[in-house]
Amino acid sequence: MHVSMTVNGEPVAREIEDRLLLVHFLRDHLGLTGTHWGCDTSNCGTCVVWLDGEPVKSCTVLAAMADGHEVRTVEGLERDGELDPVQQGFMQCHGLQCGFCTPGMMMTARALLDRNPAPSEEEIREAISGQICRCTGYATIVRSVQWAAAYEASQAVGSSA
Amino acid sequence: MTTLGTRPLDSFVDNDQKPVGYGRMLRKEDPRFVRGLGHYCDDIQLPGMLHMAILRSPYAHARIVSIDASAALAHPKVKAVVTGADLAEKGLAWMPTLSNDVQAVLATDKVRFQGQEVAIAVAEDRYAARDALDLIDVEYEPLDPVVDARRALEPGAPVIRDDLEGKADNHCFDWETGDEAATQAVFDAAEVVVSQDIVYPRVHPAPMETCGCVADYERVSGKLTLWTTSQAPHAHRTLYALVAGLPEHKIRVVSPDIGGGFGNKVPIYPGYVCAIVASLVLNKPVKWMEDRSENLISTGFARDYLMRGEIAATRDGKILAVRTHVLADHGAFNGTAAPVKYPAGFFGVFTGSYDLEAAYCKMTAVYTNKAPGGVAYACSFRITEAVYLVERIVDCLADELGMDPAELRLRNLIRPDQFPYTTKTGWVYDSGEYERALRLAMDMVGYDELRKEQAERRARGEMMGIGISFFTEAVGAGPRKDMDILGLGMADGCELTVHPTGKAVVRLSVQTQGQGHETTFAQIVAEELGIPPGDIEVVHGDTDQTPFGLGTYGSRSTPVSGAAAAMVARKVRDKARIIASGMLEVSVADLEWEKGAFGVKGDPGKSVTIQDIALRSYGAGDLPEGLEGGLQAEVCYNPENLTYPFGAYVCVVDVDRGTGQVKVRRFVAVDDCGTRINEMIIEGQVHGGLTDGVGMALMEMIAFDEEGNCLSASLMDYLIPTALEVPDWQTGHTVTPSPHHPIGAKGIGESATVGSPPAIVNAVVDALSPMGVRHADMPLTPARVWDAMQGHPTPPV
Ligand code: FES
Ligand code: FES
Repeated sequence: MHVSMTVNGEPVAREIEDRLLLVHFLRDHLGLTGTHWGCDTSNCGTCVVWLDGEPVKSCTVLAAMADGHEVRTVEGLERDGELDPVQQGFMQCHGLQCGFCTPGMMMTARALLDRNPAPSEEEIREAISGQICRCTGYATIVRSVQWAAAYEASQAVGSSA
Repeated sequence: MTTLGTRPLDSFVDNDQKPVGYGRMLRKEDPRFVRGLGHYCDDIQLPGMLHMAILRSPYAHARIVSIDASAALAHPKVKAVVTGADLAEKGLAWMPTLSNDVQAVLATDKVRFQGQEVAIAVAEDRYAARDALDLIDVEYEPLDPVVDARRALEPGAPVIRDDLEGKADNHCFDWETGDEAATQAVFDAAEVVVSQDIVYPRVHPAPMETCGCVADYERVSGKLTLWTTSQAPHAHRTLYALVAGLPEHKIRVVSPDIGGGFGNKVPIYPGYVCAIVASLVLNKPVKWMEDRSENLISTGFARDYLMRGEIAATRDGKILAVRTHVLADHGAFNGTAAPVKYPAGFFGVFTGSYDLEAAYCKMTAVYTNKAPGGVAYACSFRITEAVYLVERIVDCLADELGMDPAELRLRNLIRPDQFPYTTKTGWVYDSGEYERALRLAMDMVGYDELRKEQAERRARGEMMGIGISFFTEAVGAGPRKDMDILGLGMADGCELTVHPTGKAVVRLSVQTQGQGHETTFAQIVAEELGIPPGDIEVVHGDTDQTPFGLGTYGSRSTPVSGAAAAMVARKVRDKARIIASGMLEVSVADLEWEKGAFGVKGDPGKSVTIQDIALRSYGAGDLPEGLEGGLQAEVCYNPENLTYPFGAYVCVVDVDRGTGQVKVRRFVAVDDCGTRINEMIIEGQVHGGLTDGVGMALMEMIAFDEEGNCLSASLMDYLIPTALEVPDWQTGHTVTPSPHHPIGAKGIGESATVGSPPAIVNAVVDALSPMGVRHADMPLTPARVWDAMQGHPTPPV
């Protein structure tokens, strides 16, 4: 079947098998390998991307379901050569070790901050609770998201002054 | 709750610290990872690449009657199907394990565990390869399985390993350590003896990236390149050369970025061998990536020890002896990855951190119809089991004596003046200040106030528990006189080149799976040479580009390769000193080293930097007599002893009286890993291990039904902690350098995985103790805690 969608702001169109999962479409067909795959059961969240601005597990979405929609992946977080504050936060606060869960965690974190610019620790933990990190123990991920929130708050103060 | 907008950024981290050497430093690997530009195995796409999938046994024990692959072969996208019989023709149906046993690559005669590899299909894409598996028809004749290790040696039990000549039972090995008679004598005379059956259930490392590889055999050059999820690329290359008869210089093993290892990626799995065979046969690159259930049911598990612990003491709390009998379940093949002379890994450190008069362990290992493995999940070669045993039994003793568990430990810890301390099982602990670490942990957590709070809560009917563990780790395998894996000595090479402009490249044999080697090792060289870490490139994970060494597991990277990196830098510095003496026209003895430069003693104005020296070493003009040009060196570091990190952990839990649900409220971890290279990375290693500990203590277990069906074959059934199950960790540290390590570092990778499970279980048992509970086995799920609360704790197996 034929699908066309917008991925990180770029239009793409491909012939695909009906059953192709979005995660494999992104990775194998578009070469966007920053989105990972880690389980068979929608438990791990290494595959999280945005579909029309909402985080989804791309292992549980058919590429066909994204037809006509907008997808954003970790490769689309950096804008104009500038890292998103979430990306910076993860680097600053050691929010990653092996880096395998990181793209999914960052996509969820970005979506959280867009809705809630000053989340509490509990809100951050709740937001990433559908995702697994086997390396970090989560505390540094929480701090990374807090760093990004604080950074954005400080930028906002700066620009309104 | 902190409001973020008001919190200044630098309260989170110190951004500006860019140490030339040790200290907090942001990781060099992170810029690629946060952009999604890591390069993991499944990211590799090669022209013409085919995909492989593995057909696995649905039975735990069955004879293979026939395999019909004709329908699969007729599939238009399928390129090949390979069975055990096909491999047998090439002499490749069996391969050695890392414990000198053999393991089937593809089953020929029987399947011996559910999930065992039976056939492979190779196809044009990953979906078609999976489709092909459904088209392979295998007829099995089911056999009775051996699932319960306690029944494996019963007369008449089905014999699993009838492939081994003359094998008539399921006995795998016996092992003992310590002095049986001396220990018996101490127990006979002791005022108090406590014993307890303790199970360390089978668990699984489950790294977020599963195992896999891309094999690419190039016919014309005869060169095989294998990108693979390996924690030990050099050891794997040599083993492939020995198994497949390929010339070693024609094999290149590359470990690209790896999505977590935890020991799961130490063994060689049948899938790797099959992908190599497929590439050789089809003359195309072949990719194989496991799915999650394959990872959980077939790759290296961890633990599975059934232990009986006994402890002898005086009535006033002097611990005299520890004794244990262990039944070890090794699954269908002995796939343990441990030094050859240590079939039980380093379980011999079960004497813990205490000054004992005697100790003895007797172990029997058996085969069962379960997946092979045995050493994985950051277990530090079985020290997880050893520490759990001793820390649990010490708490049982405290209960018997009516003594505070902290007080009992403080009475018995090895004193600083006793180091180096030789244990009753022959391990030489290098250095330690144990009491200092335990007192720090107790201060940090506010131990006395917590006990008061607990008493108040108990009076209100609430269930709060406080658990302590003290552990001594033994890492950095190892001295080659004692330690080898399949005959390969456990020493590590390292090469360092300083380029003419003073930038450097250091080549390591060890491989990172998230531990931050690209940063830590640059810092080690930076500390020795005064070159900024940003100017030092760390090359690792590619056998064509790095010197030989045994790989990253058992927390050995810093103890062994970290030492190698320091030693090679010192060798470079020694040469630089000679060049500097020529440049400054003084004798070598008149030079002194200030980080990054040689100066003339007593003449502060005269000095040359390491960068000046590097340029000179390659430049025009003569060098001091007898010196070759260039600035590089290589070493192969053979550790003199293991290093012995230690720590004191305190855990506070609340147990829900209505549901048995355990909540870890607080956790304080004080670690001593000797010299600290990068605080940030060390803290991350500890956090990860503590989370593993919560998983094992409360959630994780690979379970089987009586048919040998694996009941934990997905992340829906095998529960791993999420952000909601773990607290915000509190860490602290003391520093007791290793006396024999070149930089005094001891390793930290597994300390928390080793130390945290007993602290958590001790806390839960403490919470349940008013109900008369002295022990309950992991994982302490609500159901198991509930059973314990009702007075009938159920063992997990
Ligand atoms: S791959 Fe695990 S949730 Fe999508
Ligand atoms: S950083 Fe390795 S899984 Fe999260």
